[in-house]
Amino acid sequence: MIQYLAKRLFWMVPLLIGISLISFLILHLAPGDITTTEAGFNPKASEESRQKLRKLYHLDEPLMVQYGLWLKRMATLDFGESFAGHQRPVLWEKKDEKGNVTKGMIQEALPITLLINVISLILTMLLAIPLGMIAARKHHQWQDRAITVFNFVGFSIPGFWLSLLLMYWLGVVYNIFPISGIHSINYQSFSTWDKIYDTTRHLFLPIVIPSLTGLAGITLFVKNGMLDVLHQDYITTARAKGLAEDVVIRRHALRNALLPLITIMGLSIPGLIGGSVIAETLFAIPGMGKLFYDAVMMRDFPVIMGILTIGAALTLIGNLLADIAYAWADPRVRRGVVR
Amino acid sequence: MPHKLLLAACLLLAACGQPAHDQTADLDKPYPPTQGGTLVDAMSGEPSGLIAMLAGESAASAIAANLFNSLLKYDKNLELEGELAKSWEVSRDQKTLTFHLKPGMKWSDGKPLTSDDVLFTWKLVTDDNTRTPYGADYKLVIRAEAPDPLTFRVTYAQPYAPALDSWAGLHILPRHLLEGQDINTTPFARHPIGSNYYQLDEWKNGERISLKRNPNATQGQPRIDRLVSRFIPDPASQFLELMADNIDTMGLSPIQYARIFPARPELTRKIAQYKELGNAYTYLGFNLKHKPWDDRRVRLAINYAIDKQELIDGVLLGLGEPIASPYKPGTRWSNPDLKPYPYDPARARQLLKEAGFEDHDGDGILDRDGKPLSFEILTNQNKQREMSATLIQRRLKEIGIDVRIRVLEWASFIGRFIKTGDFDVVVLGWSLGQEPDQFNIWHSSQQDPGKFNFIGYSNPKVDRLLEQGRLELNPDKRMKIYHAFSKQLYEDSPIVYLYAGYGLPAIHKRVKGIDNPAPPAGIGHNAYEWYIPEPLRRTEIAEK
Repeated sequence: MIQYLAKRLFWMVPLLIGISLISFLILHLAPGDITTTEAGFNPKASEESRQKLRKLYHLDEPLMVQYGLWLKRMATLDFGESFAGHQRPVLWEKKDEKGNVTKGMIQEALPITLLINVISLILTMLLAIPLGMIAARKHHQWQDRAITVFNFVGFSIPGFWLSLLLMYWLGVVYNIFPISGIHSINYQSFSTWDKIYDTTRHLFLPIVIPSLTGLAGITLFVKNGMLDVLHQDYITTARAKGLAEDVVIRRHALRNALLPLITIMGLSIPGLIGGSVIAETLFAIPGMGKLFYDAVMMRDFPVIMGILTIGAALTLIGNLLADIAYAWADPRVRRGVVR
Repeated sequence: MPHKLLLAACLLLAACGQPAHDQTADLDKPYPPTQGGTLVDAMSGEPSGLIAMLAGESAASAIAANLFNSLLKYDKNLELEGELAKSWEVSRDQKTLTFHLKPGMKWSDGKPLTSDDVLFTWKLVTDDNTRTPYGADYKLVIRAEAPDPLTFRVTYAQPYAPALDSWAGLHILPRHLLEGQDINTTPFARHPIGSNYYQLDEWKNGERISLKRNPNATQGQPRIDRLVSRFIPDPASQFLELMADNIDTMGLSPIQYARIFPARPELTRKIAQYKELGNAYTYLGFNLKHKPWDDRRVRLAINYAIDKQELIDGVLLGLGEPIASPYKPGTRWSNPDLKPYPYDPARARQLLKEAGFEDHDGDGILDRDGKPLSFEILTNQNKQREMSATLIQRRLKEIGIDVRIRVLEWASFIGRFIKTGDFDVVVLGWSLGQEPDQFNIWHSSQQDPGKFNFIGYSNPKVDRLLEQGRLELNPDKRMKIYHAFSKQLYEDSPIVYLYAGYGLPAIHKRVKGIDNPAPPAGIGHNAYEWYIPEPLRRTEIAEK
């Protein structure tokens, strides 16, 4: 097992380098760089100054040299500084000799995105598993149909439209929830409980809306898994030996039906750090989606590469974790791995 | 981004539902000016830092303008006046500028502000290690000196008229806090100490910047105590925040201004709409190095074939003006004798015929030497420009010209097409600057890749006028030069002026003291005189 893990981890390194190389090349295939996007069309900014900037950022070097420079920094886990404006560190805070701390861009954006996505995912699971179970047990009955219709509607509604609708009704008309942002303006003067309450109110819509729209897929997954399992021989056996239906469902059916969910969870780990650009723009949330989108539009290479690398690493780790979790949950797989 | 969809959704929302708040205090009553209160506005982007010479974004300059002063500034009619400088002199040979600073000025930390700081700032902006794209104007200074604390003197190798404008655009930075630091990475960019009306109170990354009154302000005291700028990227969300009374001001889109507001009396009751001339114009530009655009008759024909009023009505819902020179109408640089080319398709057809374009093969499209008159309009992802291109496409089709439209992402557009000169016709915008010098845009020497005369305009007469304009510091003589320049440009028609849109600020009626109608400098020119009467202030914002 240990050997297997070590092997998987070892192979991740060349894979990561390959991914980063391809990302780097594709990134530079797109025309333009930071000097075209930042003041690029201001007649007061001369071409000479832009050439000077290009030199300072090593954008005038051949592509492979630029990649080499980037890789060299990455070898020491230095994600570098953003090109845009004031060279904020991409990943983590930096301290200067006077003790002034400049926070990293990903360091600030990641927690808020992670918070929203994790809670949203948990909420989705909490709703989807019971819904899927009910739909499977009452297959072709009205409960199943109702759930299908509900999911279908939730899946079809564009998230941004539902967001705007709820922002208008709950924010403007009834004034129950704040419309955008993550804190009130006078947040600083609140007590701890008020702060938590304030943040919860602000994050309610951004968390609930993606959960609702993401519900359909997971419910269907659970339902189909359940239907598969319910037709297996061992379920018939369990029923035949006189177990209560409830026990059959919970102990024998559900556990097996949930196995595919492990794959989904593993695959959604990289998704957890990538925020939704549209939701973050609408709700004015300073998360990863907005950070990445803005960086691409500005051609802010260090930031784009930083987010892509972390995303790639997390995808690989997510796959590994899913495999391990599988082995842990399913004895059949475990034996296969050990052999 | 699906802004069009968002807007549509917003309209749909606006059609149903009622307002939530009832204002008890009377908003329309006159109130005497008072001190205090908080003004909350929304910005779509966040500054990367507050040193304007390094930060490229408009958000940075907007906030930094409240913190820092320049030597000179523009008054409400866009004429230069002193800011940190009490007065300035131009030497007889027009090569030396001497600025006399106002006495007794201080930074917000209480340290004196002197000509030493100005000299230091000049050294910074011309330093090769400073990552600024704006150094060129200041590098023309061959000698800068500060003979005494209240005098700053710069000498140019030859007279350089745009210099005055450049000194109105350079924020003076404090030497005592920045000396010996790397300006590119200094924490000062996020903890600035300035000299203008406000100082930084708090910066919550990704959320907002709060400013508070600077007791040491060099320009007197503003009436509003705190300014809060919230970062709300989406215009539809900004509008909802405005409706819910969580922000006091935002820039409206023409649809919000002309369609949503008039339909909702509860909005017009508490929010006032203003109109100001915007800072940019939209144009259709020809690649003059390509045929047939080298032929003036063809350019004029296209100019006559485009109905500018239709564009203004259709794209801007009437909220814009046609222009005939690249300057703000109503300012001294705009030539009052020039009138926009009228819509005259018959004249357009005749001009094209003179140029040899007729429908010889009867396919409905004009041709010359067997080649149809057919081209592609390139523009970037900007709704107004896309809509303009579409309306132009239709009008040109009517006189037998086949037009295709291609919309591109900004960086690709600039990098792949503009820099390489690989385009026929573009729809783009230029700013209506306060400084009349447009050497970089129109002079024939500015055609290399990456420079701004990418349409390849070249007219020796215009070149000469632009050179003269740079050498003449007397405003009245300068005006004549630029009027002549505009006239020549108008006659050559290397671009078709489409329109200059209005800026459409909406401001809550609790804010008083606003100049309406707006002078050429715009509604914000006297923002330090605005005030919020006590009974109208928001209760939920605790004053610090």
